[in-house]
Amino acid sequence: MPKRKDIKKILIIGSGPIIIGQACEFDYSGTQAIKVLKKEGYKVVLVNSNPATIMTDPEFADATYVEPLIPEILEKIIEKERPEALLSTLGGQTSLNLAVKLYDLGILEKYNVELIGAKVDAIRRGEDRRLFKETMSNAGLDLPKSGFAYNLSEAEQIAKEVGFPLIIRPSFTLGGTGSKIVFNEEEFIEAAKNALQSSMISEILIEEYLNGWKEYELEVMRDKKDNCVIVCSIENFDPMGVHTGDSITVAPAQTLTDKEYQRMRDMAFKCIRAVGVETGGSNIQFALNPNNGRIVIIEMNPRVSRSSALASKATGFPIAKIAALLAVGYTLDEIPNNITKKTPACFEPTIDYVVVKIPKFAFEKFKPVVQNGQIVDKSYQILGSQMKSIGEVMGIGRTFKEALQKAIRELEIARYGLGADDTAQEKLVERLMSLSDENIEKQEFLKMVEYNLRNPNCDRIFNIRYGLKLGMSVEQISEFSGIDKWFIYQIKEIVDMEEKLKRLTDVEKKQKEKLKEVIVEAKEYAFSDKQLSYLLKIDEKEIVNLRLKNNLLPNYKVVDTCAAEFEAYTPYFYSTYDGVLARNSFKIDNVYKTQDLNYFNETLSFTKSKNKVIVLGSGPNRIGQGIEFDYCCVHAVMAIKEEGLEAIMVNCNPETVSTDYDTADKLYFEPITFEDVFNIYKTEEIISKIDKTKLLGVVLQFGGQTPLNISLKLKSFGVKVLGTQPENIALAEDRELFAKVLQKLKLPYPAHGCAKSYKEAIKIVQQIGYPVILRPSYVLGGRAMEIIYDEISLKEYLSRLFDETEQYTSGPSNVVIIDKFLEDAVELDVDAVCDDKDVFIAGIMEHIEAAGVHSGDSACVIPPVSLTQQQINTILKYIKLLAKEIKVKGLMNLQLAIKDGIIYILEVNPRASRTVPYVSKSIGLPIAKIAMKVMLGYKLKDLLKKYNFSQEKIFNLGYSTVKEVVLPFQKFANVDIVLSPEMRSTGEVMGIDKNFPLAYSKSQFAAGSNIPLTGKILLSFNNRDKQKGLKIAKQLVDLGFQLIATPGTQEFLTKHNIPCQKVNKISEGRPNIVDIISNHEVVLVINTPTGKGRSFSDGFYIRRTATVNNIPVVTTIEAAKCIVDAIKELKKNYNILTQKINFDVLPLQKWY
Amino acid sequence: MSDAILMLETGVYFKGKIFGYEDEASGEVVFNTGIMGYEEILTDPSYKGQIVVMTYPHIGNYGITYYDFESNKPQVEGFVVHEFSKISSNWQAKHSIEKILKKYKIVCIEGVDTRALTKYIRDNGSMRGIISSKEKDLKALYKKVQQVPTIVGQDLVKKVSCKKEYKPFVKDALNEQVDAFPLNENIFFDFTKIPAKYKVVVIDCGCKFNILRWLRVVGCDLVVVPADTSFDKILSYSPDGIFLSNGPGDPEGVPYVFKTVERLISYSVSSNIYLPIFGICLGHQMIALALGGKTYKLKFGHHGINHPVKNLKTQQIEISSQNHNFAVEMEEVDGKLYVRGNRDLEVTHINLNDYSCEGLRHKRLPIFAVQYHPESAPGPNDSKYLFKEFIDLMDKKFRLSFA
Repeated sequence: MPKRKDIKKILIIGSGPIIIGQACEFDYSGTQAIKVLKKEGYKVVLVNSNPATIMTDPEFADATYVEPLIPEILEKIIEKERPEALLSTLGGQTSLNLAVKLYDLGILEKYNVELIGAKVDAIRRGEDRRLFKETMSNAGLDLPKSGFAYNLSEAEQIAKEVGFPLIIRPSFTLGGTGSKIVFNEEEFIEAAKNALQSSMISEILIEEYLNGWKEYELEVMRDKKDNCVIVCSIENFDPMGVHTGDSITVAPAQTLTDKEYQRMRDMAFKCIRAVGVETGGSNIQFALNPNNGRIVIIEMNPRVSRSSALASKATGFPIAKIAALLAVGYTLDEIPNNITKKTPACFEPTIDYVVVKIPKFAFEKFKPVVQNGQIVDKSYQILGSQMKSIGEVMGIGRTFKEALQKAIRELEIARYGLGADDTAQEKLVERLMSLSDENIEKQEFLKMVEYNLRNPNCDRIFNIRYGLKLGMSVEQISEFSGIDKWFIYQIKEIVDMEEKLKRLTDVEKKQKEKLKEVIVEAKEYAFSDKQLSYLLKIDEKEIVNLRLKNNLLPNYKVVDTCAAEFEAYTPYFYSTYDGVLARNSFKIDNVYKTQDLNYFNETLSFTKSKNKVIVLGSGPNRIGQGIEFDYCCVHAVMAIKEEGLEAIMVNCNPETVSTDYDTADKLYFEPITFEDVFNIYKTEEIISKIDKTKLLGVVLQFGGQTPLNISLKLKSFGVKVLGTQPENIALAEDRELFAKVLQKLKLPYPAHGCAKSYKEAIKIVQQIGYPVILRPSYVLGGRAMEIIYDEISLKEYLSRLFDETEQYTSGPSNVVIIDKFLEDAVELDVDAVCDDKDVFIAGIMEHIEAAGVHSGDSACVIPPVSLTQQQINTILKYIKLLAKEIKVKGLMNLQLAIKDGIIYILEVNPRASRTVPYVSKSIGLPIAKIAMKVMLGYKLKDLLKKYNFSQEKIFNLGYSTVKEVVLPFQKFANVDIVLSPEMRSTGEVMGIDKNFPLAYSKSQFAAGSNIPLTGKILLSFNNRDKQKGLKIAKQLVDLGFQLIATPGTQEFLTKHNIPCQKVNKISEGRPNIVDIISNHEVVLVINTPTGKGRSFSDGFYIRRTATVNNIPVVTTIEAAKCIVDAIKELKKNYNILTQKINFDVLPLQKWY
Repeated sequence: MSDAILMLETGVYFKGKIFGYEDEASGEVVFNTGIMGYEEILTDPSYKGQIVVMTYPHIGNYGITYYDFESNKPQVEGFVVHEFSKISSNWQAKHSIEKILKKYKIVCIEGVDTRALTKYIRDNGSMRGIISSKEKDLKALYKKVQQVPTIVGQDLVKKVSCKKEYKPFVKDALNEQVDAFPLNENIFFDFTKIPAKYKVVVIDCGCKFNILRWLRVVGCDLVVVPADTSFDKILSYSPDGIFLSNGPGDPEGVPYVFKTVERLISYSVSSNIYLPIFGICLGHQMIALALGGKTYKLKFGHHGINHPVKNLKTQQIEISSQNHNFAVEMEEVDGKLYVRGNRDLEVTHINLNDYSCEGLRHKRLPIFAVQYHPESAPGPNDSKYLFKEFIDLMDKKFRLSFA
């Protein structure tokens, strides 16, 4: 069937801000869909509130709305754009839920919009657990024993019938929110209550917990003619019980017989047909009882998912693109396989390598509750049915071992593989190995290992290794952890290889051939040069040189969907040491031509005869370094391609657009470590010789901190770096060097010092005076950054960094940086592009929260609302001075603070910042692209002329944009939600409108918090804020709100004649403040914390309860002011008749 | 483990380690792209005369179950693998793969860059090869590989066909024929309880067990006969239908089989006897050759479980299990596809990867066949309906004779 001609315009809904459970994989899927639908001649309208995405670039969709993903706004857009169809299966759960809402509200019917991909019935059958269970059992498919409950007593009844252990899952939530495994009655009741609350429809499923069962996933595609194919099978390394998003997963499945796999495949087809997903992809999860092979269906997503992105990258089969084509009427046999060109897409990819995905966690960002110096509750680190990871990496290797070690390297957790890397823990294990089994310390350690295997956390993989090294058997570890013994055995082989390397004698090391062989053998298990250096006691540099001298660069093989059966045309590569020795001697005549070598090293044949530029990506998403950097990398690639050069991308994050093989001219799916990048560089040098081109260099400044960390080393090994040079980057990164720069330029900065010891730190603080802001050097996202108001906190902080012998105990650096904290200062972020001569300020962002909140967690506005022209001029002057001094070529980000009229320089980052995409979308200029072109030698002046843009324009935009962040506090019980210098937001949204209050309102709706127009508001100000709070309270009363407050605040307000009801503190009897919030009696909470939010204060409970109950909480006075202004503005636009706010919507293309 | 070499007839060689049995083995080198299913592949008689390269790098992970044996023993000449699993992990695993390979003296080499090897075969076609742990001298080995007979024209069927007739799923016969796998046992359901209504003679050219299981599942009462069984002998069973099995090698190498088929067909036509015939793989080629068709050798064959086959009648796609080196020639007449040489033979299925012939059906006679493997093992279950179609054909006979 050819494509549908009755549809002309298609609406696509994106997935909104990055949150745990829904990351940039949907930017990847959405971008693919938009590109292919436009190519097919459809008009595409996109709505997404997330400005950091590639898909919201104005050049992709025909009309791009960066607007809140709420029905009111969507109706406006539909009314305006009149699309014939809505494709909702590519924007994650957010998009699917919104589509169902629009259907239920009758909006789709009213405007005659057809849902394509999956219809509402199918979405419901897939999403609603009850319907899903019914559908599955009607189709004759096996499921875990279970029952549904709508209240506690029903729940208890079902628990009795099914028996413990149980898993409780609320219906209609995201990322497994609220689901929990319980082993006894007491746990059960608490968990059931929470789950009933978190379900959008107060429905929970109580289910047989499949303890120790194995978990599998299949990615299924279906077309209109009912052709079904499996794109990829995925086996979870972790057993059932660990959320798939938090599991290490492996593709393809490793331990199934073909008959078992085929049974699963048949079940998957029955499932997708019964659910009725008409076209597109679905992800179906299975559990398998390892003792008898019983297979049950766990769940299905009737849409493209995180696993689909992984499956696409793992196989080369672009699920989202194909799903979009199927949705408009094509069938699988009509779509060509892009990789082979000659074969159709209706086949099942087969792969000849192994893919390992490892999730990335950020537990260090969420401090556990501490009482009297003791950690009260560490359970938040244990992996369970609620997803907690914030990003992922994918390692590709010819074997599981190779893929696993590469993936660990990609995680950027300061490990160079599976151990053997000279860390403190490593030394401890080495020491314990030499002790007898009776040794108490060893036994204690083994007990801890067993505990960690039974209660998996993010370090479980290392615990497996420790267990093996200290004598646990493969079977024991498998029993403790529930992880299949095949995987454990593979890890054992890695550990055995370590031992083999360690045993190598000095004599053997001197035999060149022998050493060569051993290195390649270890390399086939993906041991890094660092690990080899540690194990062989040979300097890393020497190993690198030895490899270079002996032609021991890895082979690069193609991800081709077909295990080499057909020729592949897509330059998508992974490295392996398989065949490295063979490629030098495999012909009896010993005559080798380049095409012979291509059998082994396939990248050699992909020559384009163009000069080359290598772009380094940003690795796994994490807090502080996420999709924004991928956006920048993709723009860099686009710019390079526009200039007729070959763009070569290196990255290892399967969720991203940059790792789509369609994005760059060549993709290396590889770790971004010195070794891996250097190997690629050397290989590309060889190719340059073959196709007689130039390798222009490596681009470091778009990938966040990841490429910067290796920049100096790359340069020292002769790698050409484009743009600002590594030693100049260091000028800004190193606080001491940077202080010298500022002194030289005579620019104001807060009093500052660097301490290398506990004592020194105390001394510096005494000189500077409280409050101070402390942090270890070379960190991103304000890791371990804190504001300290008194000596007790200072000592506590320092004792965490230094041990008794004054040795620095955590992290790679050994310096603590101390700055004077500028209380109540206005903070600014500035992004600029510089060439040798000129500086272009792309955006000045004024933070809404005062200094002290990490810039990544603060809302901000463009253009700034409180700056004078003179201040702007000063900023411009400062930036020019700095750019010249640091010799910036490309992007530069500055953080400034204004206090008492003085503009202080806080920080300079001579690289792309988190705010680049937000700024680009605010002003309508692709500044990352421009920066890239500057790095390629173009003049900034000419580029701006080409884009018809001038410096003045950014000060006369005629509209306002606000960036707001989203925080993952709901996922972490028992952590305080107060904003601090430690960044913890996972994503961002943008509101755009004609003035600041409206843009701010939109940003709040987009971030998921409702700005109320009537009702009760709870106030609780700290003493410092009471005076400022007064004005806010008065305005709220004038706007018709009722106020309630905690005793101190209430007393204060009443004294100033503001009517306000009192509410009990927790210690003052019931109903207390927590009850009021839990009962949803208030519509907004304004609570400013006292500065130390670490104990179980009332404030902590207020904020926590409000967060859990989804009641908006404001924790700063500045944000409260904005909310008040927003309410005023919204009230003006409120239509009493329809009871709706009259929002204006406009696509980005029209704003500029 | 000792070093071993795989030497190809072109003088390209791969070094590795011997795994399993230490010896020398030669045959035609082909690659299989299936990820799972090595147990079925090892024991598939169609691989007689061939050294199989597995493109998936981890082989042996789930051990050997015996349930997945496709004949009574491993049949491949040699096995080339990137890495064999040293342990087995599956609840059904009875032995490690290593133990079975040693027991049945299968020579294997591991540690080979199987992707490079696969690409080489893809570009240069399947060719003769030899695996050896004995001969270390490359030149000597190169000489040896030139002595290996090519597969074209060879009769490999006689090596894998049963020596005398037997009734599968009947205990006595079983013991003699099958020493490893209890054919009447199925772990998922007991099909021996299903009534067997149709007498079917299976001409065994190297028949896979799963074909017998599926024929039994749909209701056939089976008698399996050696490939060289005479026309008269076959008729003496008064069959309701004839099944032509899969088998190894060049179809032209077994004229005695397709000539028997030819006689069966012409007899049924001349005597006006209704005799449904169903063929799979080599059986498909036998029907084509019996009715004037031609076969040709593919460059590197089809060996995998992911090939899309289009059913031209329903326009549906089946993901199929494939294992053949030869294909039936087609011709297009007025937009319709026929077996070249006989316009009574319509092409019913085509391979969407290379548009080769995957199925045929006689316009008037109850004869049909497919080149691929509806019995899968290994592979998808998309094409199981074909067994039902065979039954439907025999059903028609019932309707005729009782009308």
